[in-house]
Amino acid sequence: MTYAYYPGCSLKGTAIDYHTSAMALAERLGIELKEMEDWVCCGASPIHQRNPALASGVANLLLSLSKGISPQVAVLCAACYHNMKKAEVEMREDGKKRSEVEEISGIAFDPEVRTRHFLDILDKDYGLNALKEKVVKPLSDLRVACYYGCLLSRPPEIAFDDPEQPTIMERLLEAAGAETVSWSHRMECCGASHAVPLTHAVLRLVNDILQSARAAGAEVIACACPLCQANLDMRQAGILTKFGVAHNLPVVYFTQLLGLACGATGKEVMIEKGMVSAAPMLRAKNLL
Amino acid sequence: MSKIGVFVCHCGENISRTVDCERVARASEQIRGVAFATDYKYMCSDPGQALIKKAIREYELDGVVVSSCSPHMHEKTFRKAVEEAGLNPFLCEMANIREHCSWVHEKEETTTRKAIELVRLMVEKVKRNVALEPIRVNVTKRALVIGGGVGGIQAALDIADGGHEVILVEKDPSVGGHMAQLSETFPTLDCSQCILTPKMVDVGSHPNIKLYTYSEVEKIEGFVGNFKVTIKKKARSVDIDKCTGCGECQLKCPSKKIPSEFDRGLKNRTAIYIPFPQAVPARPVIDREHCIYFTKGKCKACQKVCPAGAIDYEQTDEYVEEEVGGIVVATGFDLYTVGEQGPYPDYRGYGEYGYGEDPDIIDGLQFERLASASGPTGGAILRPSDGKEPKSVVFLKCIGSRHPSKGIEFCSKICCMYTAKHTMLYKHKVHDGTAYVFYMDIRSPGKGYDEFVRRAIEEDGAVYLRGRVSRIYRSGDHLIVKGADTLSGAAVEIEADMVVLATAVMPQPGIEGLFQKLGISYDQYKFANEAHPKLRPVECATAGIFLAGACQGPKDIPETVAQASGAASKVQILFSRDEMLREPVVAKVNENTCIACWYCLEVCPFKAITQKEIRDRKGNLIKRVAEVNPSVCTGCGTCAATCFSNSIDLAGFTDEQIYSEINALMAVGQDLFPEPGKEEGESPDEQAA
Repeated sequence: MTYAYYPGCSLKGTAIDYHTSAMALAERLGIELKEMEDWVCCGASPIHQRNPALASGVANLLLSLSKGISPQVAVLCAACYHNMKKAEVEMREDGKKRSEVEEISGIAFDPEVRTRHFLDILDKDYGLNALKEKVVKPLSDLRVACYYGCLLSRPPEIAFDDPEQPTIMERLLEAAGAETVSWSHRMECCGASHAVPLTHAVLRLVNDILQSARAAGAEVIACACPLCQANLDMRQAGILTKFGVAHNLPVVYFTQLLGLACGATGKEVMIEKGMVSAAPMLRAKNLL
Repeated sequence: MSKIGVFVCHCGENISRTVDCERVARASEQIRGVAFATDYKYMCSDPGQALIKKAIREYELDGVVVSSCSPHMHEKTFRKAVEEAGLNPFLCEMANIREHCSWVHEKEETTTRKAIELVRLMVEKVKRNVALEPIRVNVTKRALVIGGGVGGIQAALDIADGGHEVILVEKDPSVGGHMAQLSETFPTLDCSQCILTPKMVDVGSHPNIKLYTYSEVEKIEGFVGNFKVTIKKKARSVDIDKCTGCGECQLKCPSKKIPSEFDRGLKNRTAIYIPFPQAVPARPVIDREHCIYFTKGKCKACQKVCPAGAIDYEQTDEYVEEEVGGIVVATGFDLYTVGEQGPYPDYRGYGEYGYGEDPDIIDGLQFERLASASGPTGGAILRPSDGKEPKSVVFLKCIGSRHPSKGIEFCSKICCMYTAKHTMLYKHKVHDGTAYVFYMDIRSPGKGYDEFVRRAIEEDGAVYLRGRVSRIYRSGDHLIVKGADTLSGAAVEIEADMVVLATAVMPQPGIEGLFQKLGISYDQYKFANEAHPKLRPVECATAGIFLAGACQGPKDIPETVAQASGAASKVQILFSRDEMLREPVVAKVNENTCIACWYCLEVCPFKAITQKEIRDRKGNLIKRVAEVNPSVCTGCGTCAATCFSNSIDLAGFTDEQIYSEINALMAVGQDLFPEPGKEEGESPDEQAA
């Protein structure tokens, strides 16, 4: 099982723990994530606001880098996945769009290529049963709130699970022995990049999300997007100042929890990196 | 030598604006076999038809080509005129120089030439036409009605009152359908049961109606006027002749926690049950999946308590055969399920609304049960979770409907009205409550309909918000409904006690199985297709089968009843004669060349072809061949096109006729098109000769 791996900028910077834990997990599972060479930023959220054709052109360039590795491109970041999958689907279905994008990027689109989120790879290609067999340290007695945010499964054209009621993260973490909670805010927006210009709005959104997760009895939030993780984790201090609420709820990547379950060490999955560290809680449960 | 008349119509200016009709007539005279040709402004008018008749008599014509519009438009008209002049109507053909020529081309020389070509090929065809006689079919004057909802009930009663026997088949233990579940009906707010149950009783006691409840149509053979139907009577486990309907068995049944289908899961029923008190027949049925005796082998509580000895655990499914002449399909609808485990796997649900997870999020039919006097709460509006009276109820319209990304593009038509009704029923019972409605558009055409919606808003104070809801989630005692009010542009958040989803109207799950047995077509959503959306809305493309109600598309009660009466009158037209006449344009098999490959059998959409055995005088089988039943064949020609050995021909469209048309087009060295004013050449056929 070899995939052409596109990390994207965040995973080599602020979300290095996402990257590192995913690599550790993949290694334990026997999945090869081979990093593509010479990759560039996907353009994140600004690019398609300014120039949609250019956004698709960048995606086409990135997809073309998978040549020689695998037509299956593995992506971890929700925003990268969104940009690349959207362009890929559009190009496959709309001939006019495709020639426009091919012209702007100067690269022929390969209709065989597929953008795949790592969650989808674990679920469909690897399989829950195979994953269960690799679990050496079940996440027993750990109550996880799976958080999808707004980007991961929407719009429906790019979804790899039910776009409005996904269960893929729950299924994977339950396969690793965790208990997942049913909660209301799993699909709400975290405020994304508004954290910079409109901090107060983001504080309110994040506070609602954390409150809902805690009310459902969660001990940790699992997510699959660097920006979601940053907002939910980093803004807890601001919430304490502004609303006087101390959530103290660790926010980790699903790869970190699955990695631990499959025998990776806390260091290998960089579990100590979060602002609100998950380490004490996990240690108390004998998971570290 | 043929003596064919060609009649070129100007169609006012429709044809003559781009085609030189006079020239077409003059050129037609040159075609070998044409004895007379003329043009006229309106050939379909009385004088036009008189002109044709006169020419037939005067020139002793043996074939007629009317060069005018599409045969869809006036073939019948002209064939009738020809018949009145003493000629067999099937010796008249139409050359379509309007839709196929004048309407689609500019005024040019080639346009007139094309018209002449079209006339010429039709002349060649008519030369080879033979007189055909209509087919006579016997009619069995009994009807089958499938479905015992209000549509089926109305159709059955109308046909029965017309003096004909009716077989009414209903899959559930009682007739009544969805209408029996409703509380009040729009736009008059009269009680649904009060107007329906008398009709249910009539159906149960009418001397001309034979009622099969808890039964399904298993097999259908035959054709219009002569259907043979096999009906499966599912084992009720109760002898309905012995049973008196006393209900003792229901009281004693220990298996009591089965969600009632009639109350849409808002109340439980027992394993032996009468679906609702007004059921017809008021006889119970044992649900074998949940019965303790059938699942665990012992119990028999109902048998012990039954004073009539009517419980029969040994009963098996029974198959009965009935012969009928016409069929009314009234299988109705079901609601699109918004939860994950819906019966329609192709359609994505609304996970974001939490239907099926939160008991206070219900659908429209569940609200009907809550508001109904015979419902689980006795008509009090109480929310399912804790039985409290909800002080704020949010109604969401277009759940599934008009939402292509959920798989459905159509409008369910009834929801705007029933949601307005729901808000009224709610406000009439909970005076201090608030009803909110999220809508995309308010569609209320119909007699008294818009007035009704205005009343809900203006008199009963329902708060209508134009926009969609993005999420519903629970927060303590309330449901938080997040949506947009697109008129004010504001995001709206409502604390609701209960949410009602107006889910899309869909056909009964799996109904396409029945449609396939009947040989009727259906659309992508599995709604049955009518023969023509405007002019034949009650008929199916298959002769003798008619549609009533929501099996064809979303419909409210008045429309369903109207269509059911329409279907019933169509059946009675069919039954008004002992014999019916059908067009003789049907397929015929050449038994000498048929190689018995049976491809025709497979492709025939109307099941008109069967295997026929040919035997010698001693009764030994010589060969098997395909045989077309002319009473069923519609003359579509699929078999003729498929036949491997060229053994099937369609009367009126034989290979010889079609090839002669093609040859006429391909013929070379002909000049039928002299420029106006030039000397006319010799007829091409004569040249060729």
